Amino acid sequence: MRNLAIALRMLRRNAHSGEARVLAAALLVAVASVTTVGFFADRVQAALDRQAGELLGGDLVVRADHPVPPAFLERARAEGLATATTATFPSMVAGEGGTSLAEIRAASAGFPLRGRLRVADAPGGAERELAAAPAPGTVWVAPALVERIGARVGQRVRVGNANLAVAAIVTREPDSVLDYFGLAPRVLMNEADLAATGLVQVGSRITWRLLLAGEPGSVARYRAAMQPRVARGERLEGPRDSRAEVRVALERAHRFLGLASLLSVVLASVAVALAARRFSLRQTDAAAMMRCLGAGQADILAIHAWQFLALAAAGCVAGTLAGYGAQAALGHWLSGFFSVALPPPGPRPAVQGAAIGLVLVLGFTLPPLLRLRGVPTLRVLRSDLAVAEPSAVLAYGLGLASLAGLVVWQAGDAKLGAIALSGFAAALAVTALAGYALIRALGRLRAGASGPWRYGLANLRRRTASSLVQVMALGVGLMAMLLLTLVRTDLVAKWQKAMPADMPNRFAINIQTDQLPAVRAYFGGLGLATPDLYPMVRGRLVAIGAREVSPASYQDERARRLVEREFNLSWAEKARADNRLVAGSWWPPGRPAPQFSVEEGIAKTLGIRVGDTLAWDVAGSRFEAPVTSLRKVDWDSFKANFFVIASPGVLEGYPASWITSFHLPAGREAVVDRLVARFPNVSVIDLTAIMDQVRRITDQVSRAVEFVFLFAIAAGVVVLFAAITSTQDERVFEAAVMRTLGASRRQVALAQLAEFACIGLLAGAIAAAGAVALAWVLADRVLGVPYEFDWVVPVAGLLAGGAGVALAGLAGTRRAVSSPPLAAIRSLG
Amino acid sequence: MNANDGTVATAPVIVRAEGLTKQVSTPDHDLVIVREASFGVAAGESVAIVGASGSGKSTLLGLLAGLDVPTAGRVWIDGEDLFAQDEDGRARLRGRLVGFVFQSFQLLPALTALENVMLPLELAGAADARSRAAEVLGQVGLAERLGHYPRQLSGGEQQRVAVARAFATHPKLLLADEPTGNLDSATGAQVIELLFRMNRERGTTLVLVTHDEALAGRCDRRIAIHAGVVSS
Repeated sequence: MRNLAIALRMLRRNAHSGEARVLAAALLVAVASVTTVGFFADRVQAALDRQAGELLGGDLVVRADHPVPPAFLERARAEGLATATTATFPSMVAGEGGTSLAEIRAASAGFPLRGRLRVADAPGGAERELAAAPAPGTVWVAPALVERIGARVGQRVRVGNANLAVAAIVTREPDSVLDYFGLAPRVLMNEADLAATGLVQVGSRITWRLLLAGEPGSVARYRAAMQPRVARGERLEGPRDSRAEVRVALERAHRFLGLASLLSVVLASVAVALAARRFSLRQTDAAAMMRCLGAGQADILAIHAWQFLALAAAGCVAGTLAGYGAQAALGHWLSGFFSVALPPPGPRPAVQGAAIGLVLVLGFTLPPLLRLRGVPTLRVLRSDLAVAEPSAVLAYGLGLASLAGLVVWQAGDAKLGAIALSGFAAALAVTALAGYALIRALGRLRAGASGPWRYGLANLRRRTASSLVQVMALGVGLMAMLLLTLVRTDLVAKWQKAMPADMPNRFAINIQTDQLPAVRAYFGGLGLATPDLYPMVRGRLVAIGAREVSPASYQDERARRLVEREFNLSWAEKARADNRLVAGSWWPPGRPAPQFSVEEGIAKTLGIRVGDTLAWDVAGSRFEAPVTSLRKVDWDSFKANFFVIASPGVLEGYPASWITSFHLPAGREAVVDRLVARFPNVSVIDLTAIMDQVRRITDQVSRAVEFVFLFAIAAGVVVLFAAITSTQDERVFEAAVMRTLGASRRQVALAQLAEFACIGLLAGAIAAAGAVALAWVLADRVLGVPYEFDWVVPVAGLLAGGAGVALAGLAGTRRAVSSPPLAAIRSLG
Repeated sequence: MNANDGTVATAPVIVRAEGLTKQVSTPDHDLVIVREASFGVAAGESVAIVGASGSGKSTLLGLLAGLDVPTAGRVWIDGEDLFAQDEDGRARLRGRLVGFVFQSFQLLPALTALENVMLPLELAGAADARSRAAEVLGQVGLAERLGHYPRQLSGGEQQRVAVARAFATHPKLLLADEPTGNLDSATGAQVIELLFRMNRERGTTLVLVTHDEALAGRCDRRIAIHAGVVSS
């Protein structure tokens, strides 16, 4: 405690020093960056947890891709549980103002068992809560449909063959968490009207639910009794299992945002190390004096460690507060995703932030602390006496190891952690090499440069290590910003432009076999190209070779989902031009032996090879055939494609529905309205609307990422200030000497400006080169569009870097320019 | 332990050096800075170590304080063998028995005058550090300057704070390295006055290194050092 008191007393003065401020600022940025993401993720998690029962619409739900077997309902009645049923599926709805794809939910009386619906008479109107489904003959529609198809209260809409009255606008349902995850606006109707729609047909993608609610004991007994009777395509979901896919998606988003936030932590660690070293240098004489006055080595260590810890505590508290404020902004931007109000975050992220602050402080202030501990007492008599430096590798090894630990922890698993670590390491190595080469190259220009520039370049070269650290830290931060602003918008625009004009923009699904001639004739009659129609039979994969397949056989989440759901199987005689065979060979024309062609990506996910026999369950009957080829599919073509295609003669006997994609020129939307009017069971999906939605989601998500990368820029600026502070005495002394020799303030300032402008230009060059390289990779490998070099990126990088850093640097070295020369030379010389 | 150099027979010996040698290796040759110095200082005595620049005065003072380790020889302070202890043991011994005044004051810039004086008291675990420090500062005439930081004080005031800090723990031995070296003669005289007053009032033994003839002349005894060789 004695040491703590001394430490706090010393800190009162030391806290005003540049290095103490830098240290606290670095921790502030690092902690704010991590806690922003942490707080936000915590709110979403809390929303999912607290409202789990409400989100489910009941205490337990039986979900099935076929009508729920009666045994489930009988048992529920026996246990005295309240029940309700729903059927949800996509379908077209038509109103006076047009047609639109909608997500239909037919609910029985009693829905919802838990939670409430919120309805209004008009979009934006006064809302009221209800715990009931629409009465027979009526529907409640989502606000989007009011504008899209004119479905105002009192108007009528057609769902399939049924003509129903709009009775309310539904603004919130208990069991939808993420608005954006449903592709189409909701139409809620009464189950009694379902048959009249005529939409329950072969190939309809209907999800059937039996909702249950009651005493916890009864629910638990029910679950225990029915769990063993759950068959393929059926699932029991309690509050904990609900929204598993949403949870997985959010968990993944949290991890990636978390890793992005660690970039700031890595940069901040550089600033912490620089500031702590300078702090230690300035405390050397004080430490020697304290030794002289009787302080032991442990006292010296404790007195200075307490000061670092106190600064860290201040940085962590401020960082946590900043993180708390920033997450509110993030929550506001991303509020469109959530139909439920997000509860306030818990304290856990604050603890994590504090832990990260502590790791940074312990990891990166240890070497300077050890150095102070070893200060020779004789320095009180001989100030030129050197201080033994602890082994940098050993000491900073701890810091680097803790950083690596943080990355792996944030990544959540060793593999992603290793990838992220190598990514960080590779990026740092490449920027270091590039920065070093540039500094060397720039140093050579010195002879040809004039006045202040020559002086600036000389300093850049002389302080190579310090300059390199600044160039790297600022370069990485700037690169992140360039990538997320200029490059992203540019690439997305190019990607959209690269799409052919006649690319399909509508899918029509659910066409019945007997409607084929009429549908073809309809398109022909309108002067549109007759679309290619593909058959679809729904089947479940039950075995690969001798291996029976179930979700439990796979670790991978995607593989589990694929196996759990039914596949859309198709058949074809000839291989399509837009599918490329990558293994095996296509079947001969005519009636070949039964065989399959599988898309290569899914084959890899599920572990399917050419020669494997696949067993399928279609409508209760099982059949097998070998895989004879693997195909590469261009999913970006927006044409109907299938994971699995069978040879002719295998699937024809099973009930099938048909799918097609077509291009609808702008202004001819009425074609769809008439198509749906004539074939009410057919659903038309508007891809342009979906792409708009994807773009909107991408925009908002990347705004969130940009936001997180803002912290990286801030961390880069802190590193700049750390580097400026660490060379402050040197600069003040040099400036004093220059001014003694007759240089004006302006000349001194210009020399400093030149040095910082060089650092900024180098950082900008590295940022631009990195952003261009990554843009090329994204364009070529991910989006598949030709990359065109854009001059705006390097120009923006160089300008932002050069001007920004020069100004910041100048602000940071005001003292060097303004100190009276004599005082400076006396105190530092 | 027996004091056998015979300088002061009546009072107990507070510092005793025996065969004290400091040798450093340079690339060309070995350099002996202090050669086999043996002497004693009695309690309450004031001694000036005098000699030309580079004669080894400050090195000798550093060795007497245990700030540096000798190549050979031993030092006893108040009967305790200084170099039989480790570095932390010597620090504790200094905290208990030795006070320091330096040419360049060596005040901690982060602490106020009061806090600078409190520091050795706190390190020694004194519970009433604040009141004792304030009292000593009052004795050196700085009662009005307690909350000032070193840079807000003149050179003479800073050295008075340093003197207060040195006497605050009631050390048996006060070591001073050129205490007036950075001060003008009038201010230097005030500080000298202060040192000897404290020496008188508290019975503290005074060992100081100086160029200042006036200062050396006021001491009970001189120890001259020439090229590392001590002669009393």
